[in-house]
Amino acid sequence: MKPPAFDYLRAETVGDVLDGLAQHGGDARVLAGGQSLMAMLNMRLAKPKLLIDIMRIRELRKIERTADAVVIGAGVRQADLLAWPDLAEALPLVALALPCVGHMQTRSRGTICGSLAHADPSAEMPLALVALGGEVLLRSARRRRRVAAKDFFAGMMLTARSDDELIEGISLPVINGSNFAFREVARRHGDFAIVACAATKTPSGVRLAVGGVADVPTARDWPRLEGSALDDALNAFAYELGARDDVHATARYRRDLVRMIGRDLIGEVLR
Amino acid sequence: MTRLKSDVRHPIHVSLNGEPVAGEAEPRTLLSDFLRHQLGATGTHVGCEHGVCGACTVVVDGMLTRSCLTLAAQVDGCEIKTVEGLAPAADRLGVLQQAFRRHHALQCGFCTAGILMSLDHYLARNPAPIEAEIRDLLSGHLCRCTGYTPIIQAALEAAAQLASSKKETSDA
Amino acid sequence: MVQAAVQSANSVDQSGDKPWVGRSIERVEDAALLSGRGRFIDDLGVQPGTLHATILRSPHAHADIVSIDVEAARRLPGVAAVLTGEQIKAVTTSLVVGVKAPVECWPIAVERVRYVGEPVAVIVATDRARAEDAAELINVAYRPRAATVDPLGAIAPGAPVLHDGFPGNLASDRAFRYGDPEKAFADAPHRFSIDIRYPRNCCTPIETYGVVASHDAGEDAFEVLANFQGPFSIHTVIARALKVPGNRLRLRTPPDSGGSFGVKQGVFPYIVLIAAAARVTGRPVKWIEDRLEHLTASVSATNRATTLAAAVAADGKILALDWDQVEDCGAHLRAPEPATLYRMHGNMTGAYDIGHVRIRNRVVVTNKTPTGLNRGFGGPQVYFALERLMQRIAIGLGLDPLDVIKRNLIEAGAFPYRTATGALLDSGNYQDAIARAVEQGKLAELKARRDAARAEGRLYGIGFTAVVEPSVSNMGYITTVLTAAERRKAGPKNGAQATATVGLDPVGSVTVHVASVPQGQGHRTVLSQVVADVFGLEPKDIRVNTEIDTAKDAWSIASGNYASRFAAAVAGTAKLAAERIAGRLARIAASQLNVEAADIVFAKGFVASRHNPENRIAFSRVAALSHWSPGSLPDDGGQTIRETVFWTPPELTPPGEDDRINSSLCHGFIFDFCGVEIDRTTLQTRIDRYVTMHDCGTILHPGMVNGQIRGGFAQALGAALYEEYAYAEDGSFLTGTLADYLLPTTTEVPEPEIFHMETPSPFTPLGAKGVGEGNCMSTPVCLANAVADALRVADITLPLVPARLAELVRGAEPPPPAGGVAAVPAREADRRLRGEGQASVRGTPEQVWAMLLDPATLQSIIPGCQRVDKITETHFRADVTLGIGPVTGRYRADVELFDLDPPRAVTLRGSATGALGFGSAEGRIMLAPDGSGGTKLTYSYDAAIGGKIASIGGRLLDGATRVIIGQFFAALARKAGGGGASGGFSLFALLAKFADRFGGRR
Repeated sequence: MKPPAFDYLRAETVGDVLDGLAQHGGDARVLAGGQSLMAMLNMRLAKPKLLIDIMRIRELRKIERTADAVVIGAGVRQADLLAWPDLAEALPLVALALPCVGHMQTRSRGTICGSLAHADPSAEMPLALVALGGEVLLRSARRRRRVAAKDFFAGMMLTARSDDELIEGISLPVINGSNFAFREVARRHGDFAIVACAATKTPSGVRLAVGGVADVPTARDWPRLEGSALDDALNAFAYELGARDDVHATARYRRDLVRMIGRDLIGEVLR
Repeated sequence: MTRLKSDVRHPIHVSLNGEPVAGEAEPRTLLSDFLRHQLGATGTHVGCEHGVCGACTVVVDGMLTRSCLTLAAQVDGCEIKTVEGLAPAADRLGVLQQAFRRHHALQCGFCTAGILMSLDHYLARNPAPIEAEIRDLLSGHLCRCTGYTPIIQAALEAAAQLASSKKETSDA
Repeated sequence: MVQAAVQSANSVDQSGDKPWVGRSIERVEDAALLSGRGRFIDDLGVQPGTLHATILRSPHAHADIVSIDVEAARRLPGVAAVLTGEQIKAVTTSLVVGVKAPVECWPIAVERVRYVGEPVAVIVATDRARAEDAAELINVAYRPRAATVDPLGAIAPGAPVLHDGFPGNLASDRAFRYGDPEKAFADAPHRFSIDIRYPRNCCTPIETYGVVASHDAGEDAFEVLANFQGPFSIHTVIARALKVPGNRLRLRTPPDSGGSFGVKQGVFPYIVLIAAAARVTGRPVKWIEDRLEHLTASVSATNRATTLAAAVAADGKILALDWDQVEDCGAHLRAPEPATLYRMHGNMTGAYDIGHVRIRNRVVVTNKTPTGLNRGFGGPQVYFALERLMQRIAIGLGLDPLDVIKRNLIEAGAFPYRTATGALLDSGNYQDAIARAVEQGKLAELKARRDAARAEGRLYGIGFTAVVEPSVSNMGYITTVLTAAERRKAGPKNGAQATATVGLDPVGSVTVHVASVPQGQGHRTVLSQVVADVFGLEPKDIRVNTEIDTAKDAWSIASGNYASRFAAAVAGTAKLAAERIAGRLARIAASQLNVEAADIVFAKGFVASRHNPENRIAFSRVAALSHWSPGSLPDDGGQTIRETVFWTPPELTPPGEDDRINSSLCHGFIFDFCGVEIDRTTLQTRIDRYVTMHDCGTILHPGMVNGQIRGGFAQALGAALYEEYAYAEDGSFLTGTLADYLLPTTTEVPEPEIFHMETPSPFTPLGAKGVGEGNCMSTPVCLANAVADALRVADITLPLVPARLAELVRGAEPPPPAGGVAAVPAREADRRLRGEGQASVRGTPEQVWAMLLDPATLQSIIPGCQRVDKITETHFRADVTLGIGPVTGRYRADVELFDLDPPRAVTLRGSATGALGFGSAEGRIMLAPDGSGGTKLTYSYDAAIGGKIASIGGRLLDGATRVIIGQFFAALARKAGGGGASGGFSLFALLAKFADRFGGRR
């Protein structure tokens, strides 16, 4: 169980990364915290010809607070963000979800953006990005662009990122005066979610985002609903997510959790 | 910018438990294999090579690190701490290690190095942990022998001892 | 709870006049292990020039090997050899099979693979990474066969047959009858029965298998270092397979081993394989198993289908049992199987006094990894059925479950007690143990907790289990699988030789050597205590070596680390060896001190007169005399340099003519009860309290005994709640990583409340019994009983996956909203993904047809297609690269067009094989004019993926499959859009939608 052979490029600047990606495209992979990619390499699931290590690029290691958003660079580790003093105040939903990402020993190396790039539909950070309506900042040698969360995840482990693009960072909106709730059901502590739900109060009602069920984390906005109208909406949403069976859970069980936890969380944020 | 070619061994320099050491690694060489087979630091064990079991956990530049999910090339120039660096002397165990021995917090000892590294790292930053915090920390490690409880006991006792010895030092 | 316990652990008495045995002294093993100086097999250096092996394994559960092309692999720089079944077969013979049948058992697939993960080729290279590079270049052509994975399905008519020598997949079918069960059932007022499917799981040590082998061609002798755990009866199997006499197979074990729990018995086929590779290459070869290999193909406990019926009196007294067990040993019946089924044979009545028993034991083979030793070994399977039935009887008769247990217990005065099936239960007081557990474990309080929880509408339940834990296996029990006549022909097998050597060196220091092959239990420490007590020394004065070297050490077939035999047999044998030397030393000292030998005592480093302690001589001085002055020894004394004792208990007799077998020497007792709560939303089980009472006879080291209990409890908790080696019906293995095979962690394992009583065994030198396996037997069923009580359901299947519990307790699901999206159809058991749909497009059927049949189009729509070879007009082969995100692999694809009905319909059938696995898909596309110049297109598809990707990426597999299919149709769509014959032909839009449907998304 050893990785296949590849070249290793230790980038010092973003320019190094963009040049490498421009030159090698899909044959190159960006190596950040490595917590997903390295396991895939060890299993020989992935066979890049070149790994571009971005973790020595200082400018990617920044967490920047603007008036209405937090911009998190590609080199920011999950532990860095957890330790960021403003986290609970600026990004309360992330503060709830981030401790569920893996374990302390993986959060210490794994990056926020790496988790998004990996686009595991059960992962917490993609869910948080979708729930908050954040943006992904993509950059290639040719251009820079911002992609909204809902457009970024294209499918199971697939994203809107082109082969020559680096996820330079993400921007998460700071939403004042809202309430947030997050709950995840996994087989064990630290496992990928069977179902993860994030609820936020919106000006017109509520948003529920669900991970672990569809191929991509999926959010739905509703006006204030109560009683059977809420039940009906959750039931329809649960079915629309297209849950499937695997060794850890059945589709029915996942739909049950969406209905029940969705209802609980919506109750919490609207309370 | 440094580019290392595949299939070629490149020199890697690190500080291992405070000592400068060097070895050679291909780009694909894992830190776990580099430590064990190049540097001879076989105390770090390999249990799953996909980042789940925690046996290979070491500390790189102050970060808990799964050495099986890290390339040797990534740590060139870094400071690495492994289980071999925990004891104050070759014939004497540290406080945490002694607590493990007292509580029978190990049986086969294969997973132990990683657990010790996580605890050593954590207790240095969190001197008064509660049981739930230790359990959360160590949920990133698998042990098949002990049922974990003695490990938790040893960790809590070591934390108390470390805290009191620190207090004595500062009192004096 | 834990914080409170910290206090007491400090006050361990480390000195004094008390015996060392019975004290929780610190372990001698620990200093090295805690400072990174352990010496596990992969920590040890190897001879320069040693080669490294990797193993190419079957992605198929059942297939013929059509061809293996290894040329590209052999040509890779650094590769020394690539060995397939053919080459291995040339230098070995088949492994011994445990029953009489014309069946071969090779350590590598020969012409046919029978389980996912079966070795297909061994690649030997300068390093592991290069060996793995080469493995990817090997091209194996398989012809898949139907697979069978269910033990009852495997013996049903028409099931695919694995071995011609096992007709109907049945390797053994034996019926046993003890007492008069028919009459008991006929006379009994009540009959209860239960059907059990016990799942596959494994104790999965954190260190994997390791083997280093070399071969001396001049002497035709092998040297092997392996973290093998025994039993060393397997040494004979290995030597025979390597075609050498036993004295030409030197098998050694490393000083440390990273856990085993039975599992490292299963390294033996790999010893044969790697030793054969060493012989072929003429170089030492090393193989360290990786975790994926371990989970997929090392070994597993048996899964078993059991029907158990009881004839029961009105008061709950069980009059007779009727067992029907179907044991699934996987694809090969490897030694010592079917031992899992027979290990418990004397104990089929558990802790109960039941006079009449009927048993039918069938052993079947299925397309799964072969089974072997695993902590609990047969006990979990038996007690799950028996103790679930006890609860059923109580519910059925309206009795308290604990009362039913108590009503059936063997009387305290009845020991030694012979069970109906032949076990001689050595000692115990089960009533007392239960009474103490109920009292000390506060059962009344737990019941109040349950009542309070239930009053609040919570799901809370209590479970009970009583278990007899056998230890020190009778090496003859496995012959119970043979008939009495077959046994007479084969010759008697019985006993369990334990060995221990005590040596004194020229300065009188003491060394102990045993063949117990510890894998973390702390044998060295306990032996130092035992021997220190005999010699009046301190444990630190005793050096213990537990490595084994079959070329130099005393060993026998029973040597090794299994059947919880250490405390009862090995430690006792060390005591006997030390006492034998001590007896001689006493005579020497007596002559020097001018006292009678009977007056001699060993204490505090001296050999002294009991009556006059001042009259004494240093132990070391007496001990050294045999070396320095043998002439001054008393004439009748004999040397005191080294003594090896072989000890086998006379109680371990061979099976009788009536098939009664005393399958084990010692029998501990366990009584567990627990309270669990089940979350109403998630249906996750939380263990609220777990009480476990043990009587394992004399306790040699309380800390280690508790360590065994806690460790077994944690593994049993895993088996109950999380762990299953899951297979799909097509034989795909679904839990090939530690992200899918879920071991409990610190956040899942609570501290069990442990209580002890000590009823010494009259059959062992120290009065000790085994304790290592009991909770693996008692805990799974105790938790299941509690969950059944909480949910008030009759049938519980392990593991207690929340989604499964949901199926038991939840009513009909709310239907999907009218006009909304229906649920994705439940995937069928064969794991194939199916779908269908239709649409209308512009363009005539002829235009669409032309595209579909154009090879160039086909080439450009197969995802990642690099080249296409046209075999016939309707048959193509292609090299393709398929990928989902970063997960990419190269595949050889084969695409055929069938049932051409131009321009109305065509079937595309394709398959792809590569390093990550294999996939197959079939799609039927039908075209019809829509009446307005366009085409109505109807399609259906059916796809499956197996192999490595199914084992390690199961959670993501369905989604990934849909992406691949989506890629195909998106490519078809792009091609159509770009090259469409008619302007405005909007097949692109249609097929993009298509791809979405295939993708299964809204």
